[in-house]
Amino acid sequence: MNIFIAVILGSLFGFIMHKAGATNPQIIINMLRLKNLHLMKAILLGIGISNLALFLLLATGVVDPLHVSVKSSYVGVIIGGVLLGIGWAISGFCPGTGVIAIGSGRKDALPFILGGLVGAFIYMLVYEKLVGSILLDKLGGKTTLAVTGNENFPALFPDVPGIVVAGIIAIVFIIIAWMLPEGDNA
Amino acid sequence: MKKLLFQKQWGWRTSGIGLGIIFVLAVAIIKPIGVSTQFVILDGAIWNIFSNEIIVENSDTKSGYSSPNAYLNKSGGKYAKNAANLFNYSFIFVVAMVLGGFIANRLTPTKGGNEDLFAPPVWRNQFGASPFKRYFAVFLGGILALIGARLAGGCTSGHMMSGMMQTSLSGYLFAAGAFAAAVPVAILMYRKGK
Repeated sequence: MNIFIAVILGSLFGFIMHKAGATNPQIIINMLRLKNLHLMKAILLGIGISNLALFLLLATGVVDPLHVSVKSSYVGVIIGGVLLGIGWAISGFCPGTGVIAIGSGRKDALPFILGGLVGAFIYMLVYEKLVGSILLDKLGGKTTLAVTGNENFPALFPDVPGIVVAGIIAIVFIIIAWMLPEGDNA
Repeated sequence: MKKLLFQKQWGWRTSGIGLGIIFVLAVAIIKPIGVSTQFVILDGAIWNIFSNEIIVENSDTKSGYSSPNAYLNKSGGKYAKNAANLFNYSFIFVVAMVLGGFIANRLTPTKGGNEDLFAPPVWRNQFGASPFKRYFAVFLGGILALIGARLAGGCTSGHMMSGMMQTSLSGYLFAAGAFAAAVPVAILMYRKGK
């Protein structure tokens, strides 16, 4: 059953990302050059909507808080983000869009995936040496801003209902999405 | 509906609503979307073909599997287990993404401008039309992106989209690092534009 759901949700995700233009390196690179913010607006709106919807569903008990899965914050999250950002700007792909672009027929997606497999392999080999280094030092742990109702994840605003914090964040994201200029295609 | 299926690219509002729906749907039904871990899982599965020792069944661990490689062995051998059994939710999800991209492109195939599929115009303007130069750069980009994603414990999907949806602190830190590096690199690298 789970495998069947994986096929449906995975295909849907790939379909939506392609239609949003996220699999096109031209669109990614011009977004990062701040020349065409079409996709940026879509991403901000997407985060805003999902923020609001998720916390509404959590507050009404439709979604089980145990489904929430928060990643840990540590120094490597920022450094890793920087490395990913460089690779993202050079290639115009990130791991997810590179995978989808294989299906959508881009010829330059395969070398990205091969590079990705090499990169992941390098990390597997050096991981042991990184354990105990500053890179894996905690920087807040598995913290969220809004209360999720899952005790494993402490919130930065524990006394405010989760939906209020998430709602404010969502509104800010949606307003920014609306106000950003779309830009040209150059 | 028909328009949604056959429109080449959605407007930003439709795209944003679509992205919002799929990220919530995934966490509501199973768990948040993530991609980059599956690069490790596929590496592990390939390694497992060439070595009898890299993934072993081990009843002492939480997952029932262990590995002499510290990363595969992490969290009670969770990665080792998934690499030994690729037919699992997270891996099949990522494989299905390829199918989603295929279907979306099939409904509105790219006409003409085939060279755009080798290298985007912004690349060709700056570095010329040679596909090999582009492939080499993209390969390097892939190496950097996945070292970064693994060091961070997630990529744009897992940290930025799924993470920020759940208001995770880590999602915000990751997004800050990624954009702080990606924007200046893209601006400097692609100065000629178009």
